[in-house]
Amino acid sequence: MKKYLERITNGLLKENPVLVLMLGMCPALAVSTRALNGIGMGLSTLAVLVLSNLVISLLRKVIPDQVRLPAYIVIVASLVTVTELLIKAYLPSLYESLGIYIPLIVVNCIILGRAEAYANKHTPLLSVMDGIGMGLGFTAALTLAGALRELLGAGTIFGARVMPAGYEPMLIFIQPPGAFMIFALIIAVMNAIGIKTRQRQLVESGCDGNCALCATGCDQPKAAAAQPAGKITEAPKAVSPAGAQKAEAKPIETKPADAKKEGGVEA
Amino acid sequence: MNQSLILIIVTGALINNVVLNQFLGICSFLGVSKQMKASVSLGGAVIFVITIASAVASLMYDYILKPLNIEYMRTIIFILVIAALVQIVEMFLKKKSPAVYQALGIYLPLITTNCAVLGVALNNVQDGYNFIQCVASGFGTAVGYTIAIVLLASIRSRINEKDIPAPLRGAPIVMIAAALMSIAFMGFGGLSF
Repeated sequence: MKKYLERITNGLLKENPVLVLMLGMCPALAVSTRALNGIGMGLSTLAVLVLSNLVISLLRKVIPDQVRLPAYIVIVASLVTVTELLIKAYLPSLYESLGIYIPLIVVNCIILGRAEAYANKHTPLLSVMDGIGMGLGFTAALTLAGALRELLGAGTIFGARVMPAGYEPMLIFIQPPGAFMIFALIIAVMNAIGIKTRQRQLVESGCDGNCALCATGCDQPKAAAAQPAGKITEAPKAVSPAGAQKAEAKPIETKPADAKKEGGVEA
Repeated sequence: MNQSLILIIVTGALINNVVLNQFLGICSFLGVSKQMKASVSLGGAVIFVITIASAVASLMYDYILKPLNIEYMRTIIFILVIAALVQIVEMFLKKKSPAVYQALGIYLPLITTNCAVLGVALNNVQDGYNFIQCVASGFGTAVGYTIAIVLLASIRSRINEKDIPAPLRGAPIVMIAAALMSIAFMGFGGLSF
C-alpha cells in the first residue's frame, strides 16, 4: 500500500512534472491564464495519462521493443481523441477555452515520458497510481500558475474577486508574457528555498553533457568547463527516438541517467 | 490572393509568433537556444519540416479525412504523418544531400515531438485554409520559430557573461528574457494591412 501512495506524493512533489522535471511546459504556459483553465487542462491530461499508463502497462509484454514509440504514440493519440470528443460533448465552454491544446496533449512530453520511464516496466496498478500522481502534480502546478496569473492579471481567483476594488489589474499577466514571467518567478522561488529542478540537479552532479535538454545555461563553471565542445554537438543524438532506444538497452544505475531518458521524450 | 498570402506569412511569423504567443515548441526553444549555431540549424530544420508537414497534412485532410467524414481522426493521422515524414526527410537528405544532412542531421529526429509541427497542422485545418494557404502558414510559422530561437540564443550568450542573482540562474532568467521578447512581439499586433 505504501508504495502506491508513494507514487502519488512522488508525482505531486518530489518529481513534479512541470516544476521539477520541467516537462510539458507548452500547455503549462499556454492555458494557465485562469485557475479554472489550469484545472481543466490538468484533469484532461490526468485522464489521458492514467489511461495511457494503464494500457501501455497492460501491453508492455506484447509490444515489440523496436516499434514501441510509434505504438505509444498511436495509443496516446487514440485516448486523446476520445477525451477531446468527450470534452467537446459535455464541457463545451472548457473546449472553447482550451482549444488546440486538447489535441496537443498527444505531444505532451509528460505522457510519453511516463510511458517510457515507468509504465513499460511496472505493473498496471502501480502505473495507474503513477499516472494519478503525475497528473495531480501537473494539475497542481497549472492551477497554482493559473491562480497567480488570474490574481495579478484580473484581481480574481476562480472568477471570485479577491483583490480590493481599487486594484488595477496588470493585464500583462494574463497575456502571453505573463506566462513566462510567472513560471520564471515560481521556479526562482523554488530555487531560493532550495527545491532544485531536475536540470539543476543534473548540472550539479556534473551534467551528462546532454545540452539539448538542459535549460540551466550551465551556470556552474565546473560543469561548463568539463564539457568539451565536441561532446555538446553530439549530445542531441541521445534524445532522438533511436537514441532513447539505445539508452533503454542499458541498465539504469544512476538517477541522472534516468532523468536523461525521461527528458529524451520531451525534446 | 497575393495580399492574403503575405498576410498569412507575416501573421504566422510575427503577430502570432508560435513560441512567444502560442507557446508551441517551448521545450526545444528553452533547451537548444543555449548555443547560437545549434539554434540556427534547428531553425533551418524546423522551417523545412513544418512547411512540408503542413502541405502533406493539408492534402491528407482534404482528400482522405474529409471525403470519409472522419475529421475527428485528424490528431492520430497528423502525428503519424509527421513522424513518418521526418523519417523520410531524414533518409532522403542523407542520401541526396549529405551537406544539408550534416547541417541539420541531429536536429531532424527531435522535430517529431516538437509540438509546433502538430500545432500548425491542426491550426491550419481549424482555420479552413486551402493547400497554398497551409503551406504559406506553415512556412511563416516556422520562420517565426527560427526568429524567436535565434534571438533568444543571442540574448543568452549575453546573459552568460553577467552576474545574475543565484535563484534566477538557469531556467528563470531565460524565461524572463523570453517574457520580455514576448512583450516586444506583442507590438507586432498593431500591424495592419
